[in-house]
Amino acid sequence: MIDPTAPDFWSGLFTVLLVGTGQTLYMVSVSLLLTVLIGLPLGIVLVGTERGGILERPFGSRAAGIVINRVLDFIVNLGRSVPFIILMVALIPFTRLIVGTFIGSTAAIVPLAVVAIPFFARMVEISIKEVDGGLIEAAESLGASRWHVVSKVLVPEALSPMILGLSTTVTSIINFSAMVGTVAGGGLGDVAIRFGYQRYSPIHMIAVIIVIFIIVMILQAIATYFARKFARRSDTLTTTKAGVFGFIGG
Amino acid sequence: MISLSRITKTFGEGPSATRALDDVSIDVQRGEIFGVVGQSGAGKSTLIRTVNLLERPDSGTVTVDGVDLTGLKDNDLRAARQRIGMIFQHFNLLSSRTVQGNVELALEIARQPRAQRATRAAEILELVGLGDKARAYPSQLSGGQKQRVGIARALASNPSVLLSDEASSALDPETTRSILDLVKTINRELGLTVLLITHEMDVVKAICDSAALLERGRIVESGPLVTLISTPGSRLAHDLFPLGPVPERTGSTIIDITFSGGTADRPVIARLARDHQLDVSILGAVIETIGGNQAGRTRLELPGTIAARSKAIADLRDSSLLVEVVGGDAA
Repeated sequence: MIDPTAPDFWSGLFTVLLVGTGQTLYMVSVSLLLTVLIGLPLGIVLVGTERGGILERPFGSRAAGIVINRVLDFIVNLGRSVPFIILMVALIPFTRLIVGTFIGSTAAIVPLAVVAIPFFARMVEISIKEVDGGLIEAAESLGASRWHVVSKVLVPEALSPMILGLSTTVTSIINFSAMVGTVAGGGLGDVAIRFGYQRYSPIHMIAVIIVIFIIVMILQAIATYFARKFARRSDTLTTTKAGVFGFIGG
Repeated sequence: MISLSRITKTFGEGPSATRALDDVSIDVQRGEIFGVVGQSGAGKSTLIRTVNLLERPDSGTVTVDGVDLTGLKDNDLRAARQRIGMIFQHFNLLSSRTVQGNVELALEIARQPRAQRATRAAEILELVGLGDKARAYPSQLSGGQKQRVGIARALASNPSVLLSDEASSALDPETTRSILDLVKTINRELGLTVLLITHEMDVVKAICDSAALLERGRIVESGPLVTLISTPGSRLAHDLFPLGPVPERTGSTIIDITFSGGTADRPVIARLARDHQLDVSILGAVIETIGGNQAGRTRLELPGTIAARSKAIADLRDSSLLVEVVGGDAA
């Protein structure tokens, strides 16, 4: 039991929150970076290897395209359907292999990235599928390579919905990062459990909720700003806007 | 300049397979505007997409500017495509880029140095009449302006050929006219060879030098308009001068006379009245300027005895007019 009337209570709370926030932001930002670096290409390959896609025949073979598509689709579905608490524990040997330990914020990044990558890859896939095939054709008629089509057409044109997808992804990473904290990952989730729950401090609990809420709100505001900024140029202004508002509403 | 030889393309497999192109051959001469006309579903889109191999034919060869594209490796094909501009019915502009950015896309793909891109984009936008819209986004433009951007993008890397896929079909009549005029201007001033597909005969009438009729994947007829006009039974010529259905008549003969080039200004009706004493009635007439020449078709009703009508028709044919008997009693 923590005594809120103790002279060092508030400074202690502040220190604990600061450290917890720092750990959370560290876990979230590194796993987010990994998510974008791996999830974006994964999503692009998922769309590309579909029938009629730009990677329909990797290495000149349609069979290779089908195999790659099926395998990735299976992995993404698997990653998305296993509950996080199970995934986290099941990944312990893998985490130990990569990081050397399964305890601490750095180790927590591994399961966070593993759960977020398939999630974001699906978002990328959906966003890119919305890009009008005529644009790809136009770029190809100008002599564009596959890389040109991806970098100059698909990604820029799908940017607005992808940013919204990324925002949803960040929210789930923050969500899962709190869960990781309970298994010795540190961060705000750890603070809430250790102080708020185990040591019966409702003030710690409320403080953590407020900080997490503020982080999520700030990130969503940033994402919405950029999504709108890119959507404003779009011909499909109304649909994308509806997406933005739908997202805020949700 | 563009030569499609025995192109065949089938979509799907087994019993549900549809043959989009069936042994199609066309030849487009350097510097001309060639129109392929057909109903929707005739295979026009597939046809124009085979020219830059956006659609790869099952068999046949595509030659553009002396190069057999079907035999090229991917890299060489991409380089060849930079010499073949293409414009689309729905413009296909990147909404994330400005007008200038859309034009520069072509130059980036062609790996032109950054410093030259802006200059070239400005130059080509000036040519299509959008010099003041460089910083606008496509969503801020009208349909006609969007198509001008499409044309600018297609021309940016100095192609020798322009493919037009129903480029004016999504536009209102007035804008269509201005876009067609622009295509004609480019054709004349830059010496660009143009292959276009359309379902509107008006487009052919307005700017084409040659045309082909595509029906269920087959070329039914093709050739220079001036030749088609004077070809008896030509369906393209018939569509160019729509005179409507032939009325039912007995006791007279209905003939269509086609005038073109030097025969356009002959006083045919006066002669029929004077030399053959026939009281000719005019049932319909269309006069157009095609390829810079006056051309037209008149539908006449010839009364009188069968012998007199035959004599009159023979006389007209002798003076090298194209006369087709289309209805009434046989003469």
